[in-house]
Amino acid sequence: MTTVAEPVTAPASLAGPRRRALRRLLRNPLAMTGLVVVLVAVLAALLADLVAPYPAARTDFSAALQPPSGRHWFGTDELGRDQFSRVLFGLRASVTVGLAAVGLSMAVGVPLGLLAGFYRVLDPFVSRLVDTMLAFPFLILAVGLAAIRGASLVTAVVAIGVAEIPLVVRVTRGETLRLREMDYVSAAVASGASDGVLLRRHILPNAVNALIVQATVTIPAAIIGEAVLSFLGLGVRPPTPSLGVMLASAQPLFRDGPWMVVFPGLAIVLLTLAFNLLGDGLRDALDPRESHR
Amino acid sequence: MRRYLLRRLLESVVTLILVTMVVFAGVRALPGDQVRALAGEEADPAALEQLRHEYGLDQPIPVQYARYVAKAFSGDLGTSARTGLPVADTIRHALPVTLQLSAFAVVIAVLIGLTTGVLAAVRRRTAAEWAANTVALLGLSVPNFWFGLMAVLIFAIAFPVLPASGFVSVFDNPVESFRHLLMPAVVLGSGLAAVIMRQCRSAMLEALGADYVRTARAKGLGGAQVVLGHALRNSLIVVTTIVGLQLGVLISGAVVTEQIFVLPGFGKLTIDAVFTRDYPLIQGVVLVTATAYIGLNLLVDLLYSVIDPRVRVGGAVAQ
Repeated sequence: MTTVAEPVTAPASLAGPRRRALRRLLRNPLAMTGLVVVLVAVLAALLADLVAPYPAARTDFSAALQPPSGRHWFGTDELGRDQFSRVLFGLRASVTVGLAAVGLSMAVGVPLGLLAGFYRVLDPFVSRLVDTMLAFPFLILAVGLAAIRGASLVTAVVAIGVAEIPLVVRVTRGETLRLREMDYVSAAVASGASDGVLLRRHILPNAVNALIVQATVTIPAAIIGEAVLSFLGLGVRPPTPSLGVMLASAQPLFRDGPWMVVFPGLAIVLLTLAFNLLGDGLRDALDPRESHR
Repeated sequence: MRRYLLRRLLESVVTLILVTMVVFAGVRALPGDQVRALAGEEADPAALEQLRHEYGLDQPIPVQYARYVAKAFSGDLGTSARTGLPVADTIRHALPVTLQLSAFAVVIAVLIGLTTGVLAAVRRRTAAEWAANTVALLGLSVPNFWFGLMAVLIFAIAFPVLPASGFVSVFDNPVESFRHLLMPAVVLGSGLAAVIMRQCRSAMLEALGADYVRTARAKGLGGAQVVLGHALRNSLIVVTTIVGLQLGVLISGAVVTEQIFVLPGFGKLTIDAVFTRDYPLIQGVVLVTATAYIGLNLLVDLLYSVIDPRVRVGGAVAQ
């Protein structure tokens, strides 16, 4: 063991690589565009009460089904509600579900992945568990949950979060398997580090990059997932504004108010596109070798 | 090879058993008493007990589970709480719609994905590559249910060239079936097409830089022959895997697509079952989907080992 002589610090604890990655990210125009759109959307969602021109639930039957205009940028629905305001409030549901679902999948998936990758004995059990979860397509899982718990925002978060757990487990497990063979981990073992210290101090910090990339793929998927579930009536229920709920109520009014279909959908596309661009940029920045292959 | 097959088969069986346990436990987790729901609120305790006995609900849980599995695998999935028809029959009627839709969607996705993927790899740094990449990024970012709504808006309402809803079986009237399924299939296949395009492009780029392609060129083979005969052939392995990995996405997508285009398939059945709280039907639908999904994944893995000999050799060595 010649490696014992070398310093026993995990590379990720150095600030250098992270700062270089940040610089690479800042120089990527597409990723920066994505970041700006994401920030604007998150701010709009947070401050919807302040920035929305009308309260989300205010009906005005004298102004029902109006096409987009200076007064109502995105038009109004059959109850005369301002669609622009409702899109802003809808973003709140999208962002909430997106972040909460990813948080849930990470909270469960990361420990499972670490354990499966670190302890060979546990691996078969975790792998079978993951296979069982993967045997339920996301929507079928959501259907089951909605049947048991009823449709709600929480149901949507749980359905999407649980559906993402297997992917998080796989990524974490793969990283753990790779990292535990590294020389610096062997060195830490030789110097008497306990399993807990190995996992917390040496393996997890170095798996973070892969998890960040995974999260940027998962968040847009979760946002679309929320819209789909709410559209089908399995997620957020009216009158709570959600982009999916808006599209569902727009479907029967195709002929009279096509704008009701266009704008909530564009909002979803813009938001997911922005997250995807940011995610691509982050992947390039954090792992330049991987992306140029 | 045989050991690899056996191991995959065994894994699938274990997963399937776990799935039946989850479905069985899921029904037990439902709010409310099933027997009371069947008998009505007015039923007296003796009648409830009688029903409980008839349905075997007074037996220990493991016995109930064993009975449930035995019945399910002999094709008895119970009767729909709403229509009173056998769940298995209800599913059997809906399935052809979904199968035709999904098959059509996969064909469209593979056709579009492969052509644009090859094009983007061969015509590097041209407008064609840029266009293909943009379309792929849009395909990944545009949720297919919104794409579906927009397609209806454009092709059925603004310019009425295609029907907005309804289903005609390909076996009854191929032309009308094509007209009815074209829009739903393109919508369902769009996301898959984008994924295939991206994977095909990178696999092609790698293949085109490989030694055997250079050898083929050095032998004097023409451009098309090298691209299609050598590079594309190897890229197909990747495409098979992707289609396999995306099956779950396809199943979920079918549910949404059927809802938008009002197709009386498996997906619409599923959503309707949730809204009418038809628990036996939900249970059946979930079990059938999960079983089909496990079976299809196994099939893709086997297909994969046929296409790529390295997989089965690797699998055997790993043992």
